[in-house]
Amino acid sequence: MDGLSPSIPNESALLAGLRAGNADAFEELVRKYMPALLRVARRFLRSEDDARDAVQDAFISAFKSIRNFAGQSQLSTWLHRIVVNSSLMKLRSQKRHQEEEIDMLLPRFQDDGHQVEPSVPWSETAEALLQRAEMREMVRAAIDRLPETYRTILLLRDIEELTPEETAAALGISRNAVKVRLHRARQALRAILDPHMRGAIA
Amino acid sequence: MMCREVIGFLADYLEGSLPPEVVAEFEEHLGECDSCVAYLASYRETILAARFAEVKKDDLLDEAPEELIEAILQSRPR
Repeated sequence: MDGLSPSIPNESALLAGLRAGNADAFEELVRKYMPALLRVARRFLRSEDDARDAVQDAFISAFKSIRNFAGQSQLSTWLHRIVVNSSLMKLRSQKRHQEEEIDMLLPRFQDDGHQVEPSVPWSETAEALLQRAEMREMVRAAIDRLPETYRTILLLRDIEELTPEETAAALGISRNAVKVRLHRARQALRAILDPHMRGAIA
Repeated sequence: MMCREVIGFLADYLEGSLPPEVVAEFEEHLGECDSCVAYLASYRETILAARFAEVKKDDLLDEAPEELIEAILQSRPR
């Protein structure tokens, strides 16, 4: 997962400090992990205020359960899951913005099972194309056009790299629903990107 | 296998979770359908593009706003 720093050498010392209620340990935790948590929250939430609220909620909930954190995963992984959940909570309380109809963005087939409009290869790899800031912005805007349920699944699975099981649990849906929605989300995003990627000028 | 099935199985194919006999049919179709080859490649690129665009943020927003740090530390257990 992005940006959450690898395990720090003195993680167990930090953990011991947190469990003992040591003020310095709490400050170290917040300063160390805040940037990464804020980046995650900003991906889910469109307003900076909401992203900050989600991060604050995440730390408060982490503070409450730090005694129960058994150290079975790294602190960074544990905090990542917490901020994903607090971001999802925040997202649920927001009003929806204008979205595309997902069906319009899925491939269409003829009765014989062939694609109605044959697909055309993209001119360059995404990696080469996305060296340009305006292409990265274009892709982010495309992701924002996805219906919220699909955007959320795409973020959870392909960006935050939660497992299908974790994603299903976070959203309270079945593992199969995660799979179906993720596939649709990727197909819809592909359709939005297609005109930009076909004729992309280097 | 037709385009409809191939595209339906894409995610499973990339994940490596299809049974070998289905993979064989899938790849047989790819061997004769340029459109599905292009679709598969662009589907894979879509995932990479999303990851790249979201992970490499260009904004210059403050990554650790001091007032937020202070607010959070106010709520630490005492």
